[in-house]
Amino acid sequence: MAYSEKVVDHFQNPRNVGSFGSSSDVKTRADIGVGIVGAPECGDVMQLQLKVTADGVIEDAKFKCFGCGSAIASSSLATEWVKGRTVDEALQIKNTQIVEELALPPVKIHCSVLAEDSIRAAIEDWKKKNGIAVAEEANAH
Amino acid sequence: MAVKTPIYLDNAATTRCDPRVVEAMLPYFSEKFGNAGSRNHRFGWDAEDGIETAREQAARLIGADAKEVIFTSGATEGNNLAVKGAAEIYAKAPAGQQGRGHIITCTIEHKAVLDPCKRLQREGFEVTFLDPPADGVITAEMVRAAMRPDTILVSIMWANNEIGTINEVPQIGRLCHEKGVIFHTDGTQWVGKMPTDVERDCIDLLSWSGHKMYGPKGVGALYVRRRKPRVRLEALIDGGGQERGMRSGTQNVTGIIGFGKACELCLVEMEHDRERLLKLRRRLEDGLSGRMEVVQVNGHRDRRLPHIANISFGFVEGESLMMGIKDIACSSGSACTSASLEPSYVLKGLGVGDELAHSSLRLSFGRWTTEEEIDYAIESISKAVEHLRKLSPLYDLYKEGVDLSTIEWQHH
Ligand SMILES: Cc1ncc(COP(=O)(O)O)c(C=O)c1O
Ligand code: FES
Repeated sequence: MAYSEKVVDHFQNPRNVGSFGSSSDVKTRADIGVGIVGAPECGDVMQLQLKVTADGVIEDAKFKCFGCGSAIASSSLATEWVKGRTVDEALQIKNTQIVEELALPPVKIHCSVLAEDSIRAAIEDWKKKNGIAVAEEANAH
Repeated sequence: MAVKTPIYLDNAATTRCDPRVVEAMLPYFSEKFGNAGSRNHRFGWDAEDGIETAREQAARLIGADAKEVIFTSGATEGNNLAVKGAAEIYAKAPAGQQGRGHIITCTIEHKAVLDPCKRLQREGFEVTFLDPPADGVITAEMVRAAMRPDTILVSIMWANNEIGTINEVPQIGRLCHEKGVIFHTDGTQWVGKMPTDVERDCIDLLSWSGHKMYGPKGVGALYVRRRKPRVRLEALIDGGGQERGMRSGTQNVTGIIGFGKACELCLVEMEHDRERLLKLRRRLEDGLSGRMEVVQVNGHRDRRLPHIANISFGFVEGESLMMGIKDIACSSGSACTSASLEPSYVLKGLGVGDELAHSSLRLSFGRWTTEEEIDYAIESISKAVEHLRKLSPLYDLYKEGVDLSTIEWQHH
């Protein structure tokens, strides 16, 4: 299968790779929301960490991804898109927008779903840490 | 030393046709283009002579008599004809009834054996699918334990196409002969690369294919034993009665000529090729294991074909790895590379952890693979793995000393 130029670009030069500390560090930090979705047995694990200000603006984002090129590109793109947005704005990001931007073929749609899920999971984690009620819809998947 | 890219390390999928094979085929397209069934003129005789020479070349490669070789369109057809054709003849009850007999095969066969067996299961036969142990080798003991009084057929591949493991073929064959059970083996990855003698190895039915041994695609052969025991098959394709009635249809003369030539060359060059390929495989496996941590060579340590290496790179997903080594043509057991999004059933069957199954590459070599290409591949794969491990959340966890199996993953 041929990849779109954008997928190849994100694959070769992934944006915002990394984390804000070890997995145990970030667990206790209230300014960091961590979302880990997928499972190694499924061949895809996406980890998104968001650094969020007290008033809910995503200052910074970091990702790591075990998955195919499309999954890596989707999560790399997600970090670019969430930066500077409020958490509520970030929750509006839909996997279909990722599919369109990266020109993903149908078999790779689930990679984009994973990226959307990781945004939700990270925001949910941040909200929980900060005592903010999590909307029901966040668990929709 | 500069190597020419892309590098082809997917010889288990198919091989380049040997130029000597192509040359042998050419006259049969334009000058000797006759139908081997035309018994009354020069063109027909030339084609028939060519085919009979090819039949002898094929027979010699496996220690058989030319009369025991049936030309097919490849191993898929050979496997279908062997399994379905033998089941039909040796059935214990007529079509439409249950209890037609018991068949033994294994879960890591090629689909061209698995799917015919599943069809037979729906048609009143009982099939035992043996699970391989962790080293991937199906033993005669495993087959013996599965044998029943109504067992009519055993079909166990000689060597596996994904991991290259070698099953206990002469032993399984001997067991089948002891019990009076027909023994078929899919020799697609074995024949032409490794010494084969259907007498010594106790084989009744053996399928193989041209395009895995430097011959053309779309042609193969099925060996059908004629003595002790005389094996009979029900044809799948009826018509003009070619190939002793077992495979009707005008013969693919050019393909068969190429197949015969490829068999002849394999017989001559086997010893040399085999040693060279084994050296290349060791160089690759040692090179990669030496450069990185958590690299696992899949399958039995020694009982493996010289030309196939199947290696898992922990914490890195196979399709992304292939994307990172774009100038190396190979294949992966990763789900992401398959249309079904399922990881390799062969690796899963071996009990290779699911995540290591997703992390595997199959690299397979051939007559023209060089040491320089192997060194290039080691370099390129190591770099890509390094790049991807920097991106891998699993590698971080591993580095932090977290046991991945203790984490509650969010399956979907
Ligand atoms: C073990 C095995 N059996 C059967 C086949 C099918 O062979 P063919 O392509 O000749 O139908 C292959 C090749 O894909 C194979 O590796
Ligand atoms: S992660 Fe498997 S197809 Fe994308």
